[in-house]
Amino acid sequence: MLTIKNLHAGVDNKKILKGINLEVNPGEIHAIMGPNGSGKSTLASVIAGKEDFEVTRGKIIFEGEDLDEVAPEERAHKGIFLSFQYPVEIPGVSVTNFVKTAINETRKARGQEDMPANEMLKLLKEKAEMLEIDRKFLSRSLNEGFSGGEKKRNEIFQMAMLEPRLAVLDETDSGLDIDALRIVANGVNKLRSKDNAVIVITHYQRLLDYIVPDFVHVIHDGKIVKSGTKDLALELEEKGYDWIKQEAVL
Amino acid sequence: MELKDKLIASFMAFENEVDLTHPVHEIRSEALRNFEAKGFPGRKSEAWKYTSLERLQKIDFSLFPRQDNALEYRDVKKYFLHEIDTYKIVFIDGVYSSYLSETTHDGVDICLMSAALTKPMYKPIIDVYFNKVASREDSLVSLNTAFAREGAFIYVPKNKVPRKPVEILHFSTGSETAQMLQPRNLIVTEENAELQVIERHQSLTDNEVLTNSVTEIYAGKDAIVDYYKVQNDRETASLIDNTYIDQKGKSHVSVHTFSFGGKLTRNNLNFYQDGEHIDSTLKGVTLLGEKQHVDHHTLVHHQQPNCESHQDYKGIYGQRSTGVFNGKIIVDKIAQKTNAFQQNNNLLISDKATVNTKPQLEIFADDVRCSHGCTIGQLDKEALFYLRARGIPEKEASALMMYAFANNVLESVRIQELKQRINKLIAQKLGVNLGFEL
Repeated sequence: MLTIKNLHAGVDNKKILKGINLEVNPGEIHAIMGPNGSGKSTLASVIAGKEDFEVTRGKIIFEGEDLDEVAPEERAHKGIFLSFQYPVEIPGVSVTNFVKTAINETRKARGQEDMPANEMLKLLKEKAEMLEIDRKFLSRSLNEGFSGGEKKRNEIFQMAMLEPRLAVLDETDSGLDIDALRIVANGVNKLRSKDNAVIVITHYQRLLDYIVPDFVHVIHDGKIVKSGTKDLALELEEKGYDWIKQEAVL
Repeated sequence: MELKDKLIASFMAFENEVDLTHPVHEIRSEALRNFEAKGFPGRKSEAWKYTSLERLQKIDFSLFPRQDNALEYRDVKKYFLHEIDTYKIVFIDGVYSSYLSETTHDGVDICLMSAALTKPMYKPIIDVYFNKVASREDSLVSLNTAFAREGAFIYVPKNKVPRKPVEILHFSTGSETAQMLQPRNLIVTEENAELQVIERHQSLTDNEVLTNSVTEIYAGKDAIVDYYKVQNDRETASLIDNTYIDQKGKSHVSVHTFSFGGKLTRNNLNFYQDGEHIDSTLKGVTLLGEKQHVDHHTLVHHQQPNCESHQDYKGIYGQRSTGVFNGKIIVDKIAQKTNAFQQNNNLLISDKATVNTKPQLEIFADDVRCSHGCTIGQLDKEALFYLRARGIPEKEASALMMYAFANNVLESVRIQELKQRINKLIAQKLGVNLGFEL
């Protein structure tokens, strides 16, 4: 589904990603862990097509297509979803209207008609219930005055509505208390299928108790320095990142 | 002949048509003398630094409208807020159109300035209010006063509320290659009265139009007045709007100015608070492109204690458009406990657009809260990426953000159908269908 080959990327001559290789297949959950400043969030942004970052070498291939020169919105239309670490506030546009616009723009790009209003309503209701979101919340302005936890839950709600092929969750666990974490994780797990995949980016092992990954990768200084199964996450939790950093030097 | 000379020369012809014994004529003559002495303001004057009237003064404007131009309602329906029932005072090339209007004398007077200036029954009101709050120093106001003859006259007596909002519409048909119009409006709302007004100037062809309008609004004690200015005119239409508001104690007056088009638009909006516990609201959304120019000059004069004023102007400037915001707040020494708020935020969406913004605070009282802020910026790239990553294309994402930027100004619009209309206009101006009913 997603193949990242020797990816180098940076911003303003500053190299951040220095040769990332990653292969994600349908049905898989990959966790990417690493210390602060290792390049985790940059990788998430580059997959989503953020133009601030310049890809200097290597490529990202999604469903057999090179994503170089593909705009962020087109990537979304192809089924890539990024859950933002810091979702943006849009006053005057309700969560519902925003999600409707996102869904219908995607349908338009795929040559489909707008989703019928009753179908949209049903979907909104169903997904809101799944994420234990109050109906009133949906008529509030997008992210405006939301708590950290509400913003993250709203991200997963949008993901649930858009049903992406590949979801990249960038530090979705930060700012969540344990109950919210469980609800969010539950939402992600319910969306799992043999056809889609999830990349979970996190600093801590905590989230991985709830969203159990098939693979864990450790990123350090812009490279994946170690890959393994979920046991690797536990090992990191125990030993910290210094151990990886030392190994990387060797 | 330059416009100034032509105007002065034509005053004699104007006098032939009006009653010279009427007391207003003395006011007219005095006003003409002031205009004659001062002429059009030039860019050397601080208040006109960024707005030049030079080009307009070289145009050979026709000053007296033809009396016989007519329009069919179906051709101009879209300029009315036809979704709701309204009173209508409609002018075609400066001449009242009884055919398109709907006036009333049922408890309130919603009619014509020409009637108010000539009929004896209105003389007491004219004596008390005509040209009282409007400036006698400003040369353009004086110019309007000198030729004051027609416009809207609204009188809402004590405790009265008209059944529906009033629309004041000025159409220009282009029957002259260039035409100057000088409507004069007088609006008196007495104690505990209420009124909603929507005003629009609309040119129907690409012939040049210059409108120099003066509106005086008097809000009595506890009165509530909402005034909406819809400025979405053609590239060949220029408007100098001079609005003066006198508020008595506990009155609430709001003026919303929606500047979406026109070659040159100058909004001189002046509030004078003459009482305690007054609330004044000045809001504006400016959305310009091409080579359009808008200049908002606001004044709020706090003359009494315990009053509030709220100013919020949002501007979005594209292409080669230019904008000015000059917001002056004066707090007299006596006006303690004043709460004056002023904000002006601007988005430049083109490299060639320009905005000049200037807060001007003159505070002589020591126990007041005055806050002001102005910003000039561009669309937040981070936010734009967020929307695009959700599948919303760049153009629509930008529009959504601009809409969100301007949105809070619309929240205080109390006529729902007007709010929807403005929302649609914004979407249309931004060139997108936002995919949902705003």
